[in-house]
Amino acid sequence: MAVSASSSGRSMPIRRLVQRLAGNLFSLVITLLGLLAFTFTLSHLSPVDPVLQLVGDHATASTYAQVRHQLGLDHSLPVQFWHYLQQLAQGHLGVSQSTGQPVADDLLRTFPATFELATCALILGATCGIGLALASVWHPKSWIDHIARVISLLGYSVPVFWIGLLGLLLFYAGLHWSAGPGQLDDLYVYTLEPKTGLVIIDSWLSGDRQMFINALQHLWLPVVILGLLSMASITRLLRAALLEENSKEYVTLARAKGASRWRIVWHHLLPNTRGTLITVVMLSYVSLLEGAVLTESVFAWPGLGRYLTNALFASDMPAILGATLVIGSCFIIINALTDALVWLTDPRTR
Amino acid sequence: MTETSLPLRAVRRDKRRWLLIIGYSLLGLLIAMALFAPWVSPYDPNAQVMADRLLPPDSHHWFGTDGFGRDLLSRVIYGTRPTLLLVVFILLLTVPVGMTVGIAAGYLGGWVERILMRITDIFLSLPSLVIALAMVAVLGPSILNGALALALTSWPPFARQARAETQQLRRSDYLAAAKMQGIKGLPLMFGHLLPLCLPSAVVRAALSLGGIILSAAGLGFLGMGVQPPTAEWGSMVAEGGKVIFDQWWVAAAPGGAILLASLTFNFIGDGLRDRLDSRNDS
Amino acid sequence: MTANTSPFIIADRLTIGLPEGRPLVDGISFEIGKERVALVGESGSGKSLTARSLMGLLAPSLSLNASQLSLAGNDLRHLKPSQWQSLRGGKVAMVMQDPKYALNPSKTIGWQVEEPLLLHRKLSRRQRQEKVLAMLEAVGLANPHQLIKRYPNQLSGGMGQRIMLAIALITDPEFLIADEPTSALDHAMRDQVLSLIQDLVAQRDMGLLLISHDLQQVADHCQRVMVMYQGKILDRLAAKDLPQATHPYTQTLWACRPSLATKGKRLPTLDRAALEGYP
Repeated sequence: MAVSASSSGRSMPIRRLVQRLAGNLFSLVITLLGLLAFTFTLSHLSPVDPVLQLVGDHATASTYAQVRHQLGLDHSLPVQFWHYLQQLAQGHLGVSQSTGQPVADDLLRTFPATFELATCALILGATCGIGLALASVWHPKSWIDHIARVISLLGYSVPVFWIGLLGLLLFYAGLHWSAGPGQLDDLYVYTLEPKTGLVIIDSWLSGDRQMFINALQHLWLPVVILGLLSMASITRLLRAALLEENSKEYVTLARAKGASRWRIVWHHLLPNTRGTLITVVMLSYVSLLEGAVLTESVFAWPGLGRYLTNALFASDMPAILGATLVIGSCFIIINALTDALVWLTDPRTR
Repeated sequence: MTETSLPLRAVRRDKRRWLLIIGYSLLGLLIAMALFAPWVSPYDPNAQVMADRLLPPDSHHWFGTDGFGRDLLSRVIYGTRPTLLLVVFILLLTVPVGMTVGIAAGYLGGWVERILMRITDIFLSLPSLVIALAMVAVLGPSILNGALALALTSWPPFARQARAETQQLRRSDYLAAAKMQGIKGLPLMFGHLLPLCLPSAVVRAALSLGGIILSAAGLGFLGMGVQPPTAEWGSMVAEGGKVIFDQWWVAAAPGGAILLASLTFNFIGDGLRDRLDSRNDS
Repeated sequence: MTANTSPFIIADRLTIGLPEGRPLVDGISFEIGKERVALVGESGSGKSLTARSLMGLLAPSLSLNASQLSLAGNDLRHLKPSQWQSLRGGKVAMVMQDPKYALNPSKTIGWQVEEPLLLHRKLSRRQRQEKVLAMLEAVGLANPHQLIKRYPNQLSGGMGQRIMLAIALITDPEFLIADEPTSALDHAMRDQVLSLIQDLVAQRDMGLLLISHDLQQVADHCQRVMVMYQGKILDRLAAKDLPQATHPYTQTLWACRPSLATKGKRLPTLDRAALEGYP
């Protein structure tokens, strides 16, 4: 007797795909609005009165009212919020009180350094983290597995700024393997032609081999420190997911078919942990952006994080909020991208 | 569950117990240091003795002294107080709020659930440290503000988890029996659902506290935590950072304390989670 | 059907257990040829562990001891991983209990049915494809061309078991171990799937070891029965002799089968204390 298969949506039609993407986009926009509402609220909670800052303490009431009107502060809050959004859409994030520059310009200037740091750290962390997790599931309960657990637990629990300081102490002051804080030695900082904004690439493009080596000597230590953090969380989560899949029935059946360990890892474990893998790597990327805030302070790295911490020390409200907005938006966008990526790469949605 | 996996539980139990034993002992040590700080620490943490500044570790000062001649061991011991206080504040803020939101969403369903979950998702996507920094910059640095700021981005995981569990429990016989007795609404949510969701909330709390301690220390490191001269580990590391190359001990001790505290909660979280998982397996 | 004279599987004093503690399988001995044998018992009797030990699929924390354990002439106690890999799926295959969990959720049906061929036979792509389609038809599935592109979450239980059967038999192994193959199916499906197993095994001149807790099922489809309880084999008899079993445990199991005849009556229970004393 023949049994026929039920056809229940074998592949996702284009219309449903678009619907799902639209849904994701909608969530993204709502979340961004939430972030904007937050920064807007904060800017109004600030004890600093922007009107007083402009007019000074000895202004008359009418001057005060006039300036207040000019700044649009006499409107109701929802209207102010709308103005706020309009300004943001035009790229106006206010003017920094410490640098005197438009915040947007400052952020554009400092972003590439953070991007360089975070991306290199992610590449290092993801490679080592995935490798270590795979080694763990290859030899469960072996010494490799135990080392993986210990490293990931330690890396997960260590404060990044502390290990950064210790790293500088050992590798810069002690062994001189690192060139220390900053992206380049003073000698090169002013002679570098900024083409892409990424120092490693720019120094390579400049043809000056010494400059490139110097850039590497500055880059490697913060990248390793941040990469360690990234590796810890990736190993921890991926190893758990792989081990969980490994104990499932379909893996036993695969063994019963005569599959080798390599085949089981590559064809059975990894495809089923694909979602976790993507999520974990992306999550690591966003937390690296946050980790950069602390690391850049230790390594005097001229990126977004350092800009934010300097602004904090100077109580530079527009800069603080602008940086918060940018970092927060990156967070939100990358998270949304992760969700979309996970279900887009699921072979079952084809 | 096949008979082949029954004997394995005995093996896993040992490892789990070991994790929990170490975790709880460390936690006990931290709490003891916080409670009995005045009796345990050899010196007054705020006593500045300029003649003794920046001394390396020796028999008088086991962790050495800082730039103001203050004994580092005493400061590290006293540093447990703001940390643990912060932990308590954050727990008091995040767990009730998160669980209420989650249980309400899971139980009431419909548009209430959608709105609540949307709000949860918004806060879930925010970077905790950066948001906390911005908030503390505006509101002013203190333990309460720091706790509030960190709590703002820490409650969503509790809500998510409580909602998922509530949804599962909705279909359970246990709940059907309660409903048949006429219990519904708030008494059902708080009398029946809440106790069932508590165990996994405890596990989640332990797991997230490790990271929260690191964030709080980060706040302190950037000067946004408890203000000096109060001993707080993060700001102590920042002070030590200024003299790291010559007097490494000033930063080493407090940073090690942060590591230890974070490890404590990670151990406990891992141990509890393993125990919860195997309970679910049976 | 005459049983083959040289036993395909020989086990002598097979003991499985944790290093410390009561053994889960306690020194059992048996021989199985190219025949249909059933291993029955309650959960916890050790029947699943015995089956898995024959495929080398025991959990690593369990220890295995036997004075003899051989399958198709291979000493299973001392096999290297590469030898296991050629044996499993090649000479002996396994069908498991629940297709919902036993099939890889991220790979197509076609890929999963083809995998044993990739591992054990040297065939061209087209030959493999043909074999897969033929096998799916042989287990009674319609539209194999459509089916091979599907994923396991789109299948019903009965279909899933047929696919597991296809996976097991596609390399024409000599022996099939079926570990509670119908426990996860609804009642109507059970007989169909078991009859299918019986037919295919007969057609291909294979041996079958059926693990089950359902005596009725076993009586209908197997030639010989071994009854296990708490790690020991209490009784061995021909399937047709089940209604006239002499061992009290077997008698109780037989009498406990729910059917129209027992409707409304209390089913007998086993006196375990008395059983402890029985040799």
